[in-house]
Amino acid sequence: MTTDTTAPDQTPSSIIGRPKRQRWQPDRQHVPVIATLTLLAFMYGIGVVNYEGFDDIQVVLNIFVDGAFLLVVAVGMTFVILTGGIDLSVGAVIALTTTLGATLLHAGWPAGVVLPLLLLLGTTLGLAMGAVIHYFEVEPFIATLAGMFLARGLALLINRNSIPIDNGFWVSVAQERIRFDKGVFISSSVVIALLVVLVAAIVLAWTRFGRCVYAIGGNADSALLMGLPVARTRVAVYGISGFCAALGGVLYSFYTLSGYSLHAQGLELDAIAAVVIGGVLLAGGSGYLFGTVLGVLVLGLIQTIITFQGTLSSWWTRIVVGVLLFAFIVLQRVVAGKRSVQR
Amino acid sequence: MSADDDVVLEMTGIRKVFPGVVALDGVDLWLRAGEVHALMGENGAGKSTLIKVLTGVYDIDGGDVRLAGQPVRFGGPLAAQQAGISTVYQEVNLCANLSVAENILLGREPRRLGKIRWGAMRRRARELLAGLDLDLDVTAPLSTYSLAIQQMVAIARAVDIDAKVLILDEPTSSLDASEVQRLFEVMRRLKNQGVAIVFVSHFLDQVYQVADRMTVLRNGTLVGEFRTAELPPMRLVAAMIGKELATLEDLEKQPTGRVQKAEPLLEAEDLGRQGGIEPFTLSIHAGEIVGLAGLLGSGRTELARLLFGADRADAGRLKVDGKNAVFRTPRAAMSRGIAFSSENRRTEGVVGDLSVRDNVILALQASRGWMRPVSRRRADELADQYIKALQIRPADPDRLVKDLSGGNQQKVLLARWLITQPRLFIVDEPTRGIDVGAKAEIQRLIAELADGGMAVLFVSAELEEVLRLSHKIEILRERRLVEELENTDAVDATRIMQTIAGEQAS
Repeated sequence: MTTDTTAPDQTPSSIIGRPKRQRWQPDRQHVPVIATLTLLAFMYGIGVVNYEGFDDIQVVLNIFVDGAFLLVVAVGMTFVILTGGIDLSVGAVIALTTTLGATLLHAGWPAGVVLPLLLLLGTTLGLAMGAVIHYFEVEPFIATLAGMFLARGLALLINRNSIPIDNGFWVSVAQERIRFDKGVFISSSVVIALLVVLVAAIVLAWTRFGRCVYAIGGNADSALLMGLPVARTRVAVYGISGFCAALGGVLYSFYTLSGYSLHAQGLELDAIAAVVIGGVLLAGGSGYLFGTVLGVLVLGLIQTIITFQGTLSSWWTRIVVGVLLFAFIVLQRVVAGKRSVQR
Repeated sequence: MSADDDVVLEMTGIRKVFPGVVALDGVDLWLRAGEVHALMGENGAGKSTLIKVLTGVYDIDGGDVRLAGQPVRFGGPLAAQQAGISTVYQEVNLCANLSVAENILLGREPRRLGKIRWGAMRRRARELLAGLDLDLDVTAPLSTYSLAIQQMVAIARAVDIDAKVLILDEPTSSLDASEVQRLFEVMRRLKNQGVAIVFVSHFLDQVYQVADRMTVLRNGTLVGEFRTAELPPMRLVAAMIGKELATLEDLEKQPTGRVQKAEPLLEAEDLGRQGGIEPFTLSIHAGEIVGLAGLLGSGRTELARLLFGADRADAGRLKVDGKNAVFRTPRAAMSRGIAFSSENRRTEGVVGDLSVRDNVILALQASRGWMRPVSRRRADELADQYIKALQIRPADPDRLVKDLSGGNQQKVLLARWLITQPRLFIVDEPTRGIDVGAKAEIQRLIAELADGGMAVLFVSAELEEVLRLSHKIEILRERRLVEELENTDAVDATRIMQTIAGEQAS
């Protein structure tokens, strides 16, 4: 290969087709995340202006404390949605892990056995659903719906009542507070959740596995022809989602110190909503984990504002989330539409 | 550079059998380093099967593949890639949502401790593109670039796999003329670097521009390997179609009744569609059979689809009975008495899981609308009548269509349209893939229909057929209607093939 740099480019520029950038404009893939960030700042501004004490840092930290388990579940969901799939089983897996965990702890099993067991259970269930989805070509919606019924049913089978947890390890982790200056604090669950986010972000952005997740979401057939390990990756994302759901369940049991088969009903939809509001394309292949974090914060902030407001019913949270979801899905269409015009 | 003993890959006596069909039998393909080798043949000749054997998608049932003298058997596409055989498919098989750099290097990213080194990756991608004389923003998503550039990126990816053999399967079908030239430049560059390139294209002029050698297949068998310089286009077409010139010239032509030239039933004036077919002018009279001749990909089907409203024309006018007509949908065309029997019998034609009766009344029902169902008795009558008239066998209206032979499926399809009593019947490849007897019956049927006053637009890849049936022959080449011939005794296959091959008629 000769590097003849002096030779003029003989090709018409129309063929080179380099995207023209006259003035700065955000990368199209960043638009949804920027929109969410703007929304978050706007909502926080509303809160600070209208309610006394809203500007306390602890208010923000409480969003993390209350949303730690959702954040972990949403991370797993992000992997799945990036491949173009969906996981409806996560709420039921939380119920199953809290119920099973509480039952085993109640029976005197040591925490050091119960904890890994719960995580293993969630991961296995996820991998099983992934295998069904990939090898039997079942729609993710159907396969994980089945998983949802299975997990919720198992939880009900184990115990229909709420079981309190009084295991020493569980209680001490649950009550552990990491305090900062000025008396503000976070729970240990927040640390765990942020750790999960960090690891997941690195995996998605810097590993071959992570990029393969994006490739599958972009075009699974192409990914296969490009020689990527499509089967392995697709099964693995459901395993990751199952693991995150089980970990989310553990955090949930730290949060409530109980196991109950009706815990976390509809939580899968909160997780999906957070991911979508965070700008991850439901069709797969586009979005960032940072967006998911923002999405979880948006959901938490809405709840906080409604709590501060005081007179509104908590169902307003749902209504606002619904409106936001619509808005963000339309935004995705618009961004995706622009892209297809450009092709 | 390209000495004869520089053979990279030898395939000899390749045989591939699918249930009921011998797709390849005794086919040889020799690829030499630093040479562009065109794989030629009509549709169904076995080109794609051969490529799939070469890329490891199919296992062979007989024969020998040797890579650099060593016998090999590929377990799958990945194994073939690792052996240095890479393929760029007709549709770009990349992930448009990822960056250009990732698309080139995905699966082979430079890494340290499991982490992708993005900087090194971008550099490598830029290097590879520079090798193809391209300067792109490798961090931009692939979707921001044109299809032609995406094709180049696919080639860059293929080249990085240290390709000894590069297969380009119809790479030019979505490119415009200047983009094609650009691709050819890249091909020549790679050739000079010692890559053996397999080039598959329906465009003869492109093949002659770039190929050094060609292997011609026909019906799954090898016709031969030729040097491009020694095989003029005329002889290539003859080799592909499978008739020696002498026998073609002897072909007997059936006397056809003359047509009264009253007002044309249908007229197209400069009708065209971008990317489909260039504007053409054509008229069809009642009782006339107009034949469309041309190689596959020359725009035969595209022309037919425009007349039927299956595609929207973006230029020109269409007249029916002298009045302007705009067909936005096939329904509109059907209401004016035009019927279209598709070349894709299985996918666009018959419904395999329905009975012969249900298939036959489908178009009639569609034209009546769902509010007025065809009564069972009427359906029975019609089915019986057409089963008899077209000699559909077995003569059982309850038989599922998928259990019928290809020829009989075709008759069911024709019957379906004939029931609607069209004034113009467009038949696209009605005789493809069916046996000789059924072929003759369908030809006879079409001739009879025209005698009865129906206008027929007859599309076929088989020249003899077109010659035997048509009153008038329209010849297409590279998506253009290049010549219209009255089918007189002076017209023979040679004459048509000259036009198809792009030689000036002497």
